[in-house]
Amino acid sequence: MNLSDQIIQFLLSGFATGAIYALIGLGFSIIYNSTGIINFAQGEFVMLGGMVTMFFLTSLHLPLPAALVGAVAITTVVGVLFERLAIRPIRKPTPLNLVIITIGGSILIRGLAMLVWGKDTHAIPGFSGEEPIQLGNASLLPQHLWIFGITTLVIIVSKVFFNYTISGKAMRACAFNPRAASLIGIDVRRMVLFSFIISSAMGSMAGFIIAPLTMTSYDVGIMLGLKGFCAAIIGGMSSGLGTVFGGIILGILESLGAGLISSGYKDAVAFVILLLILFIRPQGIFKRADSERV
Amino acid sequence: MLAIRGITQVFGGLTALDDVTFTINRNDITGVIGPNGAGKTTLFNIISGIYTPTAGTISLDDRNITRLPPEKLATRGMVRTFQNIELFGQMTVLENVMVGLHTKSRCGIVSCAFKFPWQISEERRIRDSAQVWLQFCGIEELAGTTAANLPFGKGRLLEIARALAQEPQIIFMDEPAAGLNGRETLELALLIRKIRDRGITVVLVEHDMELVMDVCDRILVLNLGRKLAEGTPREIQENPAVIAAYLGEG
Amino acid sequence: MKREPVKYALLVAVALLAPLYFSGGYLMNVLVFVGINTLLVVALNLLLGFAGQISLGHAGFFGLGAYISAILTATHQVNPWLVMLIAALAVSALAFLIGFPVLKLKGHYLAMATLGLGIIIYIFFNEAVDITGGPSGFSGVPNLSIGALVFDDDVKNYYLVWSFTLVVILLAVNLSRSRIGRALRAIHDSEVAARVMGVNVRLLKVQIFALSAFISALAGSLYAHVMTFVAPASFGFHFSVELVTMVIIGGLGSVYGSLLGAALLTLLPEMLRAFQDYDIIIYGLILILATMFMPGGLVRGIPAVLAAILPKKQERG
Repeated sequence: MNLSDQIIQFLLSGFATGAIYALIGLGFSIIYNSTGIINFAQGEFVMLGGMVTMFFLTSLHLPLPAALVGAVAITTVVGVLFERLAIRPIRKPTPLNLVIITIGGSILIRGLAMLVWGKDTHAIPGFSGEEPIQLGNASLLPQHLWIFGITTLVIIVSKVFFNYTISGKAMRACAFNPRAASLIGIDVRRMVLFSFIISSAMGSMAGFIIAPLTMTSYDVGIMLGLKGFCAAIIGGMSSGLGTVFGGIILGILESLGAGLISSGYKDAVAFVILLLILFIRPQGIFKRADSERV
Repeated sequence: MLAIRGITQVFGGLTALDDVTFTINRNDITGVIGPNGAGKTTLFNIISGIYTPTAGTISLDDRNITRLPPEKLATRGMVRTFQNIELFGQMTVLENVMVGLHTKSRCGIVSCAFKFPWQISEERRIRDSAQVWLQFCGIEELAGTTAANLPFGKGRLLEIARALAQEPQIIFMDEPAAGLNGRETLELALLIRKIRDRGITVVLVEHDMELVMDVCDRILVLNLGRKLAEGTPREIQENPAVIAAYLGEG
Repeated sequence: MKREPVKYALLVAVALLAPLYFSGGYLMNVLVFVGINTLLVVALNLLLGFAGQISLGHAGFFGLGAYISAILTATHQVNPWLVMLIAALAVSALAFLIGFPVLKLKGHYLAMATLGLGIIIYIFFNEAVDITGGPSGFSGVPNLSIGALVFDDDVKNYYLVWSFTLVVILLAVNLSRSRIGRALRAIHDSEVAARVMGVNVRLLKVQIFALSAFISALAGSLYAHVMTFVAPASFGFHFSVELVTMVIIGGLGSVYGSLLGAALLTLLPEMLRAFQDYDIIIYGLILILATMFMPGGLVRGIPAVLAAILPKKQERG
């Protein structure tokens, strides 16, 4: 392959991982927007998505669709429990406390996953086989198409949910002003719970669509979670297209960096971008800076 | 001593202050009044360096201080209190006032960690003068109390004591009587005069008209972000524009 | 007023005498690490407990100290004591520079930025194989020595590490009871009021960040010389979280609490050897439960529990 073909290949695979970062990032921003919490356990939902799917497929020999539905269901239950047991009882929800509690929760979920499934890395077969599809001189795996398809679907569904349903609109109202929302009769706590349900479900989907490409193990959640956060930060913590673009930008830069510079420092790319964005444009690259009111 | 010229503040598309100009005379007690939303607190936030104004200048003794942050203003002798008192809740009353002496002390991280002799004597000086300011505000018996546990009125006094510990040239008080009962307000009026008698210029934003008319030498009236009037309490009380603005508000 | 020197003297006495009971046993070795972790926890507490600024990247500073000491002494035969100073100064200079943009951030964003910083450092340890030896680590670090005295066994290392720990504890206690300590706590409670009081919040945060990095790097150097071997796995995200846990368990803003937190969480896994693989879960649980039910940490939690059990007795703090 010549350089330009290689670059096309990097762009394609970057686009696919970027889509996953976008899904994870959306999970972060949905919770952030309805609660002000950066949920450090978001990556663990992603890990659970992959691991539970693996468990249903290999240990229980369920068919793939059932395994996927089961993974979403179980991860969502974990998300609900997490909100009920760790987030809701906090008496003084300072940012510091919330950071610590969600980190504690993420360690706990990771530890339990390690107990249940061990420390091994597990593979999941691609949803539609492993036969590469040729696109000119570049190639795609069928799993990449699943990634694009599911990500697009999730984004459209969430867009419809937030713009056209009562619950979605209520959640946006909470994000905008929780006090006012509660004054007009919106149950803010229920909306917080909703946001955890949606985020954990989204996270689990990100987890099972990426697992066939990268393998999965109990500790994949940290890196995936942080990269999803990075995507959300690039997109200015928006629950919409900003984060999607953030994810794709990150995925492509990472893939180009790994391919053209050094694969060892691939993971560092995301964090360097994260720091640069936080230092230079903490409001994300798509938003204008608002004049600050104290 | 403090000259405010053409201060304008725009938030988004909203003009909170529009070309406000006035001067504060040394050793006066100046009141800033106006209906809700007149821009009083915004003006205070600009003067105390928390906001940077969209346009206009502020100068202290003919030196431009417009864009200085609060910590720099403190070293020039300007200090303020807050409408919703901002105490250091985890610290004791005495320690709060000791923080007020930050600009009056010098020791850095190294001297403090190694407890050099000059640090020990400085620490003693800080403690002694903090006691003096607690006495000045009449809360010396609360020295050991954790600030978060103070009743609101005492918290207000502590905030003033802490500000005075800086030995400022000028103190800005944002609604010092808010939340105080009648007796506490009377005591506050006495305290404000006592502060002025120590040669400190006082500026207050206040809703309590009785207090303002009682203690202030001069009054600035803001309405809808503009200067409506300025003068002695008597002049203000008789100013038809002011009366209209207040009556118009209901 | 008079309690402070007594408390400290007691601590020194216990620390000096401990080897009489523990020498020979393997607990001696654990106590060396209690000392190193205490250094780290005190360092982090200055930032987290006093100034209220979280860092999830302190394992990175610790690692930088360790690697600088390891590489310069093993490969380039520079005097280890000199290297220790150089490492601490270099790491704190780095922290000082990076501190300006990092500490402009607050809350969650600060947590994420420091976390990212720590991970970048960790990736560097793993990937810069030519310099660091990569994932398999870097061995052959010499023991420290003074003249003919070589710190090559647990008891000697214990006294080496703890003399640093005790000095740092004393300095940190002094600092906490000074105008700087008060200014830090003021930042924690109300940043805007601290600024109005003339505290240069931005500079002070960065200074304390640099000081914290200095102590962490020092602990790293000691670690390298005690272990004679360094590998990236000791300096990852998980260790940063452990340090935060120790600070919280011990008590935010309490220097002696840091000692308690470090001691408990360093000894606990050793005592629960049967639970070796579960320590990650135990950490998670401790973090959540302590934040919910014991926000003051052990140092305030124990007196509170005692006061609840013995309501009649006069509490003496």
